[in-house]
Amino acid sequence: MSGKSLFEKVWEDHLVSAETPANPAVLYIDLHLTHEVTTPQAFTLLREQGMPVRRPDLTLATLDHSTPTVPVTGLKDLDVLSEPAQAAQIRQMVQNCEDFGIELHGFGSDQRGIVHVIGPEIGATQPGKTIVCGDSHSSTHGAFGALAFGIGSTEVGHVLATQCLLQRKPKSMAINFNGQLPAGVTAKDIILATIGEIGVDGGTGHVIEYRGNVISGLSMEERMTICNMTIEAGARAGMMAPDDTTVEFLAGRPQAPGGADWEPAVERWLSLPSDDDATFDREIDIDVANLVPMVTFGTNPGMVVPITASVPDSNGDLSFRKALDYMGLEPGQSMQQTSVDVVFVGSCTNSRLPDLRAAARVLKGNKIADSVRMLVVPGSEIIKQQAEAEGLHEIFLAAGAEWREAGCSMCLGMNGDNLLPGQLCVSTSNRNFEGRQGIGGRTVLASPETAAASAINGRITDPRTLL
Amino acid sequence: MEKLTHIHSTTIVLPQTDIDTDQIMPGRFLTSTTREGLSEAIFADWRYDVDGQPLPDFALNQPGAADCQVLVAGNNFGCGSSREHAPWGLVDFGFRAVISTRFADIFSNNSLKNGLVPVVINEDTHNWLLEHPGAMVDIDVAAATLSLPNGVSLNFPLDGFAQHCLLEGLDQLGYLQSKESEISHFEQVRPWKP
Ligand code: SF4
Repeated sequence: MSGKSLFEKVWEDHLVSAETPANPAVLYIDLHLTHEVTTPQAFTLLREQGMPVRRPDLTLATLDHSTPTVPVTGLKDLDVLSEPAQAAQIRQMVQNCEDFGIELHGFGSDQRGIVHVIGPEIGATQPGKTIVCGDSHSSTHGAFGALAFGIGSTEVGHVLATQCLLQRKPKSMAINFNGQLPAGVTAKDIILATIGEIGVDGGTGHVIEYRGNVISGLSMEERMTICNMTIEAGARAGMMAPDDTTVEFLAGRPQAPGGADWEPAVERWLSLPSDDDATFDREIDIDVANLVPMVTFGTNPGMVVPITASVPDSNGDLSFRKALDYMGLEPGQSMQQTSVDVVFVGSCTNSRLPDLRAAARVLKGNKIADSVRMLVVPGSEIIKQQAEAEGLHEIFLAAGAEWREAGCSMCLGMNGDNLLPGQLCVSTSNRNFEGRQGIGGRTVLASPETAAASAINGRITDPRTLL
Repeated sequence: MEKLTHIHSTTIVLPQTDIDTDQIMPGRFLTSTTREGLSEAIFADWRYDVDGQPLPDFALNQPGAADCQVLVAGNNFGCGSSREHAPWGLVDFGFRAVISTRFADIFSNNSLKNGLVPVVINEDTHNWLLEHPGAMVDIDVAAATLSLPNGVSLNFPLDGFAQHCLLEGLDQLGYLQSKESEISHFEQVRPWKP
């Protein structure tokens, strides 16, 4: 018998009952992340059926998706800062948490932020846990060796009521990254290139384990950037082996095990990596030695090219042609000739302190182009404070960018931070779908370095030319 | 949930590949705090002009579209965001099945919990359906078969448990709740606690 993979170890450790041909497995959930957008219907169901939340202590709640990114001192401010529907949704989340005994990291809490940023930040995200959220970018938490995936609102109700989910075991896939990552090429470029290679449905039905010397050399923040975009390849979840970098990151975080619990936890975490003889349903090797910064040109994250390349030809594919028309791009046009109206640095993909530092490093001493609007939105209140303590905000403001409060902001444009029709935005977020950042808005996904460089020149710019 | 045993309907065709849930249900409609009333919002950016007027060429605006229960879409339907508002809206519009060559995992899961059947078929059959919008098709949920007017009839994959829930109109929560004593036992005996 072959050894077990990281995924299999975590999966088996959480089986309340195994699957049979007739019934799916009952999988226990260790951490349930919640936010205002995908939970109202689930809480309503509980209320209608008179059910309590089974484990409020394993439920983490925040406000991020429809929150304003201007300062909010209390719920009252929403009357002027938010549209009525957004304000009502936020108020309902506050009420739901109060009624069901869930601690809310809301306005006024210095632990508020994008749900996938604060989980790791406060140490709630840990190796070996099962983590879910009514949000597809739950895959982010897999960077710690957790099994983390997105669910719908009905399933949110299931977890609130029973702390369990009905699941069929997904297939497994290994992606091995080897080689020396060239200077100026980031984790964002690695994952964009990977999605370009396997396609937006390349991972469907699978849990991906990212492996190889490249992964072990990355920081936790870089690993999170890669796992975050796993869902853009269609995969159920992305995971990485816990190692010393993981342990070091978690040490001393408020919700990480402390005191006498620390050593046994670390021992358990470090036993999780896939056995040497573990097998996978699919295996892919990617050499990163020749990677360059990547940018998207179309309307899904798989439509991606090296920044040095031109817009590819549609070869008669109608969906492809429609995407180029939407983006206002022509085949053969050099990507770096494309002018830029807006630059967004933020989102659960790239809003952590090292991301902000990277953007600031490019911007320092420069001004953004007059024609460009640039928003920098930290992923959490804590990151905001840390960035300000380092003076990063002064670099952004001096360059002419806006420095905002934490939240999802222009990643999905639910809170009023929107693109206008026809505007093109270089964005560090994860989705370039039509209208994602505002009706008629055009999104080019890139790293924080590329975003900052593009803001300076007012056109898509290879950051390596400025560093 | 209502019992779903049989679907007999003409089709609406959206041939594009990789239709994501942001297209099915744009983000600005996610402020809804209920499951109802989302039919007006589906495909809003493809369906209405800037003034909110229906675009006559769009498939969902054709006469008779409101009576169609089956959507035929390009490969990899429902990718992207986990928003269940997408299947809620499709069901609210009247759809009971979507046919494609592949569905995104979360969309597929969400659909089955709302009486919307994701029907995965081979490329040849798919191509035929793409070329014949308005074809009258028949979907037998109990047999997991799709029948076309050209005489072709084929099986599609349908998880046995999900199928049972569709046929009986059951909410899966009831099954999970019946596992309560096993869940409590698991919590007590597991070697470590979260
Ligand atoms: S930042 Fe964007 S992708 Fe991440 S949770 Fe918020 S809306 Fe979703």
